[in-house]
Amino acid sequence: MIETPVQASRGPGVARAVDCEHAAAAVDVDRVSRGRQTAVQALADVSLHAGDGEIVAVVGPSGCGKSTLLELICGLQRPDAGTVRCAPAALMPQRDLLLPWASALDNAALALRAGGIGREPARELARPWLARFGLGEFERTRPAQLSGGMRQRVSFLRSLLAGKPVLALDEPFAALDAITRAEMQGWLDQALTAEPRTVVLVTHDVEEAVLLGDRVIVLSERPGRVVASVEVGLARPRRRADPAVVALRERVLAALGVSG
Amino acid sequence: MSAGAKQALAAPLRQWRAAILLAVLIGAWELYVDLGGADPLILPAPHAVASAMYDDRGLLWSNFLVTAEEVLLGILVAAAAAAVLATAMHFFVNVRGAVYPLLIASQTIPIPMLAPILVLWLGFGILPKLIVIALVSFFSIVITTLAGFASVDPELLKLVRTFDMSRRRVFFSVELPTAVPGFFTGAKIAVIFAVIGAVFAEQAGANSGLGYVFTQALPQLLTARAFAAVVILSLFAIALFGALTLAERLTVPWAHAAGSQVGEIDR
Repeated sequence: MIETPVQASRGPGVARAVDCEHAAAAVDVDRVSRGRQTAVQALADVSLHAGDGEIVAVVGPSGCGKSTLLELICGLQRPDAGTVRCAPAALMPQRDLLLPWASALDNAALALRAGGIGREPARELARPWLARFGLGEFERTRPAQLSGGMRQRVSFLRSLLAGKPVLALDEPFAALDAITRAEMQGWLDQALTAEPRTVVLVTHDVEEAVLLGDRVIVLSERPGRVVASVEVGLARPRRRADPAVVALRERVLAALGVSG
Repeated sequence: MSAGAKQALAAPLRQWRAAILLAVLIGAWELYVDLGGADPLILPAPHAVASAMYDDRGLLWSNFLVTAEEVLLGILVAAAAAAVLATAMHFFVNVRGAVYPLLIASQTIPIPMLAPILVLWLGFGILPKLIVIALVSFFSIVITTLAGFASVDPELLKLVRTFDMSRRRVFFSVELPTAVPGFFTGAKIAVIFAVIGAVFAEQAGANSGLGYVFTQALPQLLTARAFAAVVILSLFAIALFGALTLAERLTVPWAHAAGSQVGEIDR
């Protein structure tokens, strides 16, 4: 059993707009609006709850404030109205944003270094994880020599090793080709089964939302409002061709206003 | 040897087109003088420059060492000062606001006029030369290093904030490595200016150095010797540029088509 060093308390000097003393690893977004004073309002009266270990997928059209929602959860922005109460969250961005000069191992260990762990101890902690994620032989390889799928795995591992109870995934596979994306969706499902976290997964891929989420929240166009909340409730791993998956996908698409 | 270093060494060998053009130009120059197009005292032929370089090798070498020392020390002073100032300007918006306009204004000072004033104040020693060289080479390093700091992806800064990374850690783990290629770009521009600056400084008041040799040779109509000094200074600037390019490939291989593995130097 490999232990993740969970940081119970947040570091000093980081201004969070969220209540981090919230019990358990839950995310509570309550009637939040953001950007009301600006010309483009991002979110209007959005509520979202993710219980401990729950995976909530958020889908919506481009520019509906999905990324804003994640930044609120991560404490990078403050809501103009409403409250955000959640356990400490680590972001996983859409682009991998790996450091081009650092090896896969050092990239994966970045969040550990942030927690004040020395270079070698951080590497020792990250090394078995890299092997577990099928990247053992690439630990000294720089990001430029890794495939897109490998880079996203390193990026996911980096956010996982931040040791936060909540993961905010921002369209993690949007930049990948269709085949790699399908593989990575299966991989993420397994990784989260092995290493459960409370997850808010933002995506514009409806199928991805249904395959990975316990619940799918559908947002409207800007300003984003919750127009539907769909319980998935299917056993994992889910198959794309499963009629229940297809039916749920159509329901979400209908909520988005896309007719099959 | 790393793949980056091999690439850097192989690059000049690929410049054969430039070598052919250079040979043609030198050949045309030689023919023009040999066929009586110009008085050899006014325009020495390439072979005369080459033989002056051989005949005066002792004189040229000892004076080259003087200029080389000035340029190398001047560049080091400029690079160190530029790195410190760029970092301070990156961290403190007030420093940036105060220094930036003055920095640009400092570049409008005509160096050929400043150099004699510095000699008047500080004498014929190395100090006024260092100041002139540092002044002409410092600016480009500050500007490109600052641009390097500014090129850090804002999304990456958001990401590391969610990792609760301290300001100091962000600087050393993220910002500093991002700025290094910019620093090298500035330094490569700076070495070219540094050699020109050294000549101005020596002409303003010196008793040794290749700039001094040039200034002395011309009125005596030792034109071939003057040309030899120019050629040596040019080759020196090219060598410095090449050395910095090699250093850059070794230090920041990821900024180029990198090798597949992390090299020994960053282990």
